[in-house]
Amino acid sequence: MKYLYYPGCSLEGTALEYNKSTRAFMQAVGAELIELDDWTCCGATAVDSVNHLLAIALPARNIALAEKMAASKDLLVPCSACYLNLKKVEDKTRHDSELLKKVNEILHENGLQLQGKVRVRHLLDVVSKDLDLPVFQNLLKRSFAGFQIAPYYGCQCLRPYAVFDDPEAPRSMEPLIQATGAEVYAWDMGGRCCGASHMNTQMEVGLELVAALLQQAKGADAIVTVCPMCQMNLEAYQQKISKLKKEDLHITILYLPQLLGLAIGLTEKDLALDLNLSITKSFRDKLALPNDA
Amino acid sequence: MNQTELQEKQNPSRAPENPLAEVQNMVNSCIQCGTCSGSCPNAFAMDLTPRRLWRKVLLGQTDDIFRSRTFSLCSDCYYCTLRCPRGLALTEAMNALKQIAAREDMDRYKQSIRFYKSFLSSVRRHGRVHEMEFMSLFFLSMKNPFLPLAFTPLGLRLMAKRKIAIQIPSREPNPLEAIFRKVEEMEGRS
Repeated sequence: MKYLYYPGCSLEGTALEYNKSTRAFMQAVGAELIELDDWTCCGATAVDSVNHLLAIALPARNIALAEKMAASKDLLVPCSACYLNLKKVEDKTRHDSELLKKVNEILHENGLQLQGKVRVRHLLDVVSKDLDLPVFQNLLKRSFAGFQIAPYYGCQCLRPYAVFDDPEAPRSMEPLIQATGAEVYAWDMGGRCCGASHMNTQMEVGLELVAALLQQAKGADAIVTVCPMCQMNLEAYQQKISKLKKEDLHITILYLPQLLGLAIGLTEKDLALDLNLSITKSFRDKLALPNDA
Repeated sequence: MNQTELQEKQNPSRAPENPLAEVQNMVNSCIQCGTCSGSCPNAFAMDLTPRRLWRKVLLGQTDDIFRSRTFSLCSDCYYCTLRCPRGLALTEAMNALKQIAAREDMDRYKQSIRFYKSFLSSVRRHGRVHEMEFMSLFFLSMKNPFLPLAFTPLGLRLMAKRKIAIQIPSREPNPLEAIFRKVEEMEGRS
C-alpha cells in the first residue's frame, strides 16, 4: 500500500498529533505515505465564503502536484475539510470541461496542469477499506475490552459525496473499533455537525452543538474523531460547556489512528498523546496508562 | 422608460446587475418542502429558516436576506444538500450568499467576514495557514480589545503544548501569490 499524502495546514499546527499518529499507524500496518512536495493550503471553508474561483484553484493546485509526482493514484487526506475541498475539485473538473480549462489557466502560473488522474481519499476511507482486518488483528498488543467507544464522523468526510460510507447512518469505524476489543457506543450523533468555525465567529451557537454531542456521549469512555476541526471543538470547550449545562461533560477525545495505534502497541510518544487536550484520568486508569503525562 | 428599465422596475430581482441572480438560479426549482429547515443543525439559532430564506431569494427580497443572520449560520454540514428532493446545491447557495456579503463588506457579518479574510491573508503570505498569525490578524481587524480574551484560555493551553507560537505577521515568497493574482485578473476580466 502506497499513498501520496496531503497533511494540510492544521496537521502542522493544532492537529500535530493527528499527523504523527496517522504516520505512525500507517507505517506500523505497512502502508507507505509519500508527502506531496511543496503542498499549499486547500482554502478550508473560509475561502469559499469569500471567493468561489479561488476556492477551486487552491485545492486544484495540490491535486495537480499529486499528478505530477505520480507516485500513487491515491491521494490520502486525513482532514475532512481538506478532503472535501480536494474531492469537490476532483468531481467538478471531471464533469465540467469549461471549469477544468479555467483551472488550468490558473495553474499554468505555477507550471502545473490538472488532468484528473488522481483519486482523493479520506484517511477513514483508506483505513476502513484498504486495511486488511486480520492483518490488523495480528498486530494487536493491547485490548480495549470493557471500553465503550463512540465513533464520531462529523460532516465533510460523509457529505455531500457518499464515497465510502452511508452519509445518513455511517458505520465504517465500527469494525475497527470492535477489532480493538472495545464495544461501539450506541448513539445516533456520529454524523451530526460540531459547528465547525462557529466556535470562532458565533460561539454561542457552536457551544450548543458541541454540548448536544457531549451530552449524548455520556457513558462512553471516549469519542473517536477523524477531523481536526471536530477534534478541537469536542476537546477544547468541555469545561466551559460543563459549566454552561451544569453537568460534568468531560470525556476523552482521540483521533482514530491514536486509538488504533494504542491497540497495536504504539507508544504514547509515537501517537503524540501528550498533545491531546482531553484525555481523562479515568480513561488513563482504565487503560493502565501513567497519569503524569 | 425603455423595456429593460421597465422590467427592472417591475421585477428588480431580475435586473442584470442583481447580485442575487446567481443564487436565484441555484434554487430556482425549490418546492418549499422544508426538508432543508428540518435537516439544519443551526436552524434553532436562525431568524429565518432555510426554506423561508430560499423563498425570499426567489422573490428578490434582498433587504430581508441581508438583515438575517441565517446564511452566516450555515456550518457546511451538507445535510440539506444531501436530502433536498430537488437535488439543489443548497450549501453552495449559502456560500454564494456569504460571498456577496464579503464582497460588499456588509457590517452585519463583520466578524465572519474578517475571520475569513484574515485566514486568506495568512494563506497568501505563506502558502499555508499559520494559525496564530491568522488569529492575530483577525483580532487586529476586529479592533475589539476584549475579543481576544474569549480565546485566551484555549490559546494558553495550545501554547503550553507548543502547538502554536506567538507570531508577528510576516510574508515569505510562495507559489500561491501567482495563483491569487491570476484569479483576481480573471475575475476582473469577467
